[in-house]
Amino acid sequence: MSGERASLELLGISKAFGSVHALRGADFSLVPGKVHALLGENGAGKSTLLHIACGMIPPDAGVIRVRNAETVIRSPRAARALGIGMVHQHFTSIGALTVRENIALSVGRTDRVVDGRTEADLPRRLMAGLPEAARVESLSVVLRQRLEIAKALATGASILLLDEPSAVLAPSEVDELLILVREFVDAGGAAALITHKLREVFMAADRVTVLRHGVVTFSGAVAGQTEETLALAMIGEGVERGHDGERQAAPIPSESAPVVARFGDVPLKAGELVGIAAIEGNGQQELLRRIARGDGALGSVALVPEDRTTEGLIPDLSITENLVLGLDEDPQWARGRRLDWARARSRTGELIEAFRIRAESPDAPVRSLSGGNQQKVVLARALERRPAILIAENPTRGLDIRATAFVHAQLRAAAAAGVLVLVYSTDLDEVLDLGRRVLVVHAGRVAEAPRGAGRRLVGDMLLGIVRGATKVEP
Amino acid sequence: MSRQSVTPVITALAALGAGIGVLAIGLAASGYDPILGLGALGRGAFGSWYNFTSATLVRAVPLILLGLGVALAFRAGALNVGAEGQFYAGAIVATWVGIHVAGWPSALAIGAVWGAAAVAGVLWIALPVLLKVRFGVLEVISTLLLNFVAEAAVSYAVTGPLQEAKRIYPQSDPIAAAARLPLLPGSRLHGGILLTVLLAAALWFLFTRTRWGFRLKAVGLGPEAARVSGRIPVKRVIAGALLWSGALAGLGGGVEISGVTYTLFQNLSPGYGFTAIAVALLARLHPLGIVATGILFGAIEAGAQGMQREAGVPAVAVQVAEATIILAVLLAEVLARRSAARTVRAEDPA
Repeated sequence: MSGERASLELLGISKAFGSVHALRGADFSLVPGKVHALLGENGAGKSTLLHIACGMIPPDAGVIRVRNAETVIRSPRAARALGIGMVHQHFTSIGALTVRENIALSVGRTDRVVDGRTEADLPRRLMAGLPEAARVESLSVVLRQRLEIAKALATGASILLLDEPSAVLAPSEVDELLILVREFVDAGGAAALITHKLREVFMAADRVTVLRHGVVTFSGAVAGQTEETLALAMIGEGVERGHDGERQAAPIPSESAPVVARFGDVPLKAGELVGIAAIEGNGQQELLRRIARGDGALGSVALVPEDRTTEGLIPDLSITENLVLGLDEDPQWARGRRLDWARARSRTGELIEAFRIRAESPDAPVRSLSGGNQQKVVLARALERRPAILIAENPTRGLDIRATAFVHAQLRAAAAAGVLVLVYSTDLDEVLDLGRRVLVVHAGRVAEAPRGAGRRLVGDMLLGIVRGATKVEP
Repeated sequence: MSRQSVTPVITALAALGAGIGVLAIGLAASGYDPILGLGALGRGAFGSWYNFTSATLVRAVPLILLGLGVALAFRAGALNVGAEGQFYAGAIVATWVGIHVAGWPSALAIGAVWGAAAVAGVLWIALPVLLKVRFGVLEVISTLLLNFVAEAAVSYAVTGPLQEAKRIYPQSDPIAAAARLPLLPGSRLHGGILLTVLLAAALWFLFTRTRWGFRLKAVGLGPEAARVSGRIPVKRVIAGALLWSGALAGLGGGVEISGVTYTLFQNLSPGYGFTAIAVALLARLHPLGIVATGILFGAIEAGAQGMQREAGVPAVAVQVAEATIILAVLLAEVLARRSAARTVRAEDPA
């Protein structure tokens, strides 16, 4: 890369946390007018790299140059002063304050909040629909994320770092986000975009850098690359992408399979793999949780909840204890009122093997696992229930390709074994890939998409533009 | 021993060191001889077999019992800060029962006193439990406020229905001899210490080996996950933890009456119910650890008396040391959490 007009260069960056090498001599640079995607599996070091760029963590080795001047960025405040704005994976706004107050807080001009408009000159498209006087806690996920971007831009950033901004968004919202990013670079800014989704790289990025285990395995123009070449750089070996052709592989339950549950009014049979598409907040979760609460009456129902670390797992407890959570009456380890922890521990060891969970031991706290490995624990526990119905909410959110493929394979296998599997995902591609039947929830109403319906039709159904095309057969 | 079980011990010792250090500085700054003062503190607590048993351990018994009660609730994430009130409720009822069991076989009399005290503790915390489960009233507030009600109830009891027959002092008549605990010969240490150690061991077993103990921990550390797991009745677990917590604190009151004072009077507790929170937290809610920290705080309070006698230092000075110890432990916990967070970020950067 030609150095002379780079906005930000990270050269030979290394960072170790204890014995874990998060980054090993990584190079990454941003130029004005370009979106630079940062791809990699969970734990590849993408977030670490951007955290170093925005002054959150100091590198062990390497050089940071901002507009051709070598710099040491000691704090996020110093990064802001250099025009570097970061949009974090997790929202950082204060819910009890208004949009305007949050923006003022990030600019550091709290004294000027009272008299009305935000001082900063922010893009109109960005501010559209963002009610400045509204409390942040009342905003939808989409708007909260826009606020995060607004906060970064309000500080006058010319370099925008986005850490997996699309993870929480529905497809149409992702498009909107990518347009915003494009407008930003067209106005002369430089942007870095962390993502797991190859589609977004091709849609939005000009350049792409791929990290694997802290090492850059590819860096260059997006043009000329294919999904396969990038996936290879990420994974380092052939991986089942789980796209086209997979749908035929989904199990087909026999006609005589019993109806075991209803989603809305739609009857669902044992052994079906049902994809549920909905934009967040359309009532899909209430419907799913209603089925989950039928646990016992409908046979065992297992839930893979959306929020792994608050609803799925207890981070401070060990893997073994998390496995036993909700399963503490399982005859495997229940001895009257006592629990046979030795037995539970050895079973956890078996599942760590079977699910290829990367963990020190069954006693390791779940907090110490990566997101993908945490999700494997949740899934292992759900299947350990030998459920009749398995409900998975956004089961691959934040997971890398390999972990995603693993989760998908497990869900398919469960359906093949006769479990009714319901998968709700905000990632439309996932729903279409996985579900043999696709149900769309819009405004609390359930409609079934016609068999073989594509992105376009289902997308319109999601937005309520098209009602359910088929009448549901009983 | 694994790393996880060694670190808290080191933390506790470091906190103790910090507490004594701050006390020494405080003594020196206010014109006392710190060597003499700390020496008196040590002698008061451990200077002789009599001091150890009759001063330190006698104070440790209620601290451990109440500490176990506090830990039981805290484990389930329920903050019972009303052990003081439950202790007094237990003491009032224990006194009444103790006076009325004259002539009973001793084992029966003691059993009746203890049982009644535990039930009184349960009843005293029942209202906060009901308010919490029904209306979501924070137990921190309700249990705390009931402490003052309990103290007022003691004042009423010892000037009214339970006042001694002679009607001179605001105190009760002594309980029947049958209800008094046997003493260790040559000391004031009573049989309640055995109950205390047994209960600590039993709780350790329940916490670590049973479904109930596991559910307690799960609800305390991850109430949402416990609820979503679908098999754990979260509210019932919390309510149960609080009620048992009240039972232990009430029992503490009964043991104090039957083993130490034999009569009820105002200020029976020098704040045992509050110190017990520190005892439980310093031991990280571990029942066997609470035995150790209970003895430690018993020693500090016993030593404070010695310091006052020998070196003329006001006994309240040791409250500074106690507070320093607690703050040091909390600080260590924050630091440990931060370093844990850093490690996680390293392992899960994407």
